[in-house]
Amino acid sequence: MRKSRILGGVALLLSVSLLLAACGTPASTSPTVPSPTASNPSPSQESGAIVVKGSDTMVNLASAWAEDYIAEHPNMKITVSGGGSGIGIAALLNKTTDICNNSRPLKQEELDKAKASGIIPVSIIVAKDGVAVVVHPSNSINELSLEQLAAIFGGKITNWKELGGQDAEIVVLSRDNNSGTHVFFKEHVVQLKDKKAEYGTNVQFLPTSQGIADEVARNPKAIGYYGLGYLSSQQKALAVKSATGPAVLPSIATVLDNSYPVSRPLFCTTNGQPKGAMEEYFAWILGAKGQEIVKSLDFVPIR
Amino acid sequence: MPEATSKSMKIAPPGSLEAQKEGRSLEEGHGQALESPSMREPRPLRSRPKWDRERPVRMVLAAAGWLTVVILALIMIMLFVEGLPIFTVTNPFSFLFSSQWYPVSDPPVFGILSFIIGSLMITATALVIAIPLGIGAAAFLAEIAPPPVREAIKPIIELLSGIPSIVLGFVGFLLLAPAIQRIFNLDSGLNGLTAGILLAFMCLPTIVSISEDALSAVPREYKEASLALGATRWQTIYRVLIPAARPGIVASVMLGMGRAIGETMTVLMVSGGRLAIPSFITDPMSAMTGRIAIEINNAVFGGLQYQALFAIGIVLFLITFAINLVADLVLEKQRRRYA
Repeated sequence: MRKSRILGGVALLLSVSLLLAACGTPASTSPTVPSPTASNPSPSQESGAIVVKGSDTMVNLASAWAEDYIAEHPNMKITVSGGGSGIGIAALLNKTTDICNNSRPLKQEELDKAKASGIIPVSIIVAKDGVAVVVHPSNSINELSLEQLAAIFGGKITNWKELGGQDAEIVVLSRDNNSGTHVFFKEHVVQLKDKKAEYGTNVQFLPTSQGIADEVARNPKAIGYYGLGYLSSQQKALAVKSATGPAVLPSIATVLDNSYPVSRPLFCTTNGQPKGAMEEYFAWILGAKGQEIVKSLDFVPIR
Repeated sequence: MPEATSKSMKIAPPGSLEAQKEGRSLEEGHGQALESPSMREPRPLRSRPKWDRERPVRMVLAAAGWLTVVILALIMIMLFVEGLPIFTVTNPFSFLFSSQWYPVSDPPVFGILSFIIGSLMITATALVIAIPLGIGAAAFLAEIAPPPVREAIKPIIELLSGIPSIVLGFVGFLLLAPAIQRIFNLDSGLNGLTAGILLAFMCLPTIVSISEDALSAVPREYKEASLALGATRWQTIYRVLIPAARPGIVASVMLGMGRAIGETMTVLMVSGGRLAIPSFITDPMSAMTGRIAIEINNAVFGGLQYQALFAIGIVLFLITFAINLVADLVLEKQRRRYA
């Protein structure tokens, strides 16, 4: 009899605790980005708090760096949030962030503002963003201009014939909007002329780069894009021609020397030369481990 | 007051479990409303040891039952708390009836019409394939197949439901999509039809298994009477057994449909992911589930995109709720007609 009462009590407790656990979920509605911060201070070689803010393209990269770095240095506190390069730069000028992630260089007006408020922005290239445009190996087209790519991915050109190829519908494949590459390609190619332009409604969004690679490899009508890491002999990478330069094939080398047009450097900007804990953090980012993460997230490592 | 007493008396005879419960809850609810001795009577009749032994079991069972209700309620609350705020930014009409979905643009635009249509088209395709196949297989297993064949096939069909959806999606992506592209001479094999066929495979086991149970449960006399009247086997299945088993079959189809409309991974991998409103089933399209799955990881907690994705969840929830409600009403109506 006593046993059964205990059993009942246990069941009640269990259900109550489950209830409480379920209740806890809606509470996570805070309007902030999840920040990979370490909350268990234990003695380690260094300590400090770094606030990182800026580019949405880089927010996953910065979070991955922060997570791995914190795992190695439990005494460090790194808070990462996105919002965009502009927001990161504004935060740097307001001194509300220590590191600003920017996927574009500072504009002149931002430099002027920095000067006025006594801030010396120092930008370091921490990775590069380079995207290959690929077609089926049997496709007769070998190069396209940025303008043509903008028209294809914006849904303006829908037949290969208009580009001098076969008379067939273009099957346009893009990364889905959970990808920084999606945003980069949109900003750099689709919005080449018109800053309000969006991907065309005929574009197919696939969840992974591998999915695009596989579909391009077997579909002669397909065109797609992805990070350089996914290139293989089953697809043909197109040479891309900018408004000024010649057509250039994508490779780590052409991305690093800036001759390939669908690429850009990714910066971290600080107020003055980074010192102390921050200096060590940058050394780690630019080192083997940090650059390995760059590669694993489909960006181009700087070396 | 006397009315309440007589009502509860009518529902359950004194001494039954229902009467005890009813009496107690009414007592708690209305204070001294129930002083009628007839309601008090059953208590002394219970033998104490038995009552004590069953009490914890009853509590556990009641807790389990209530827990599911509470969990469902909490999920609903969470969905609404997280999703509804989007309607302060985007009005519900344009959210539901616009097909512009640019969540990472500035300013973001949220319109989910093409995903609703995509989900419905893919689910409908799956059902068009799965219902005849499923009921046919069920009739075969229940009526035609010799017992050893049935014993072999039924577990195999049920095993089909154990295939993880990502595996099915992978098979669909690598094998079915190129085949569909070739057969129908399409620009891309990643489209609604491919997704629908794969989903048909996913809801087939549910339909076959439950329909077969329903058909087997039809009293033997129905079948014997039909055959005795000179009906052929086919006529018996078609005119007698299937109508008699209809509630079970409808339930199986509804469960299968629930599985199809809620399926995420397979659809995400093979449906093609086009954001435009699909005009035909062989167009590439997006489903609501896939949208949520792919974007939620990237959405800022509490941000607009996050809220919009939860709002898609609300729409999905309401659609499945409506399906279940309609199914229940249909079944109830039939039950009444046959009762």
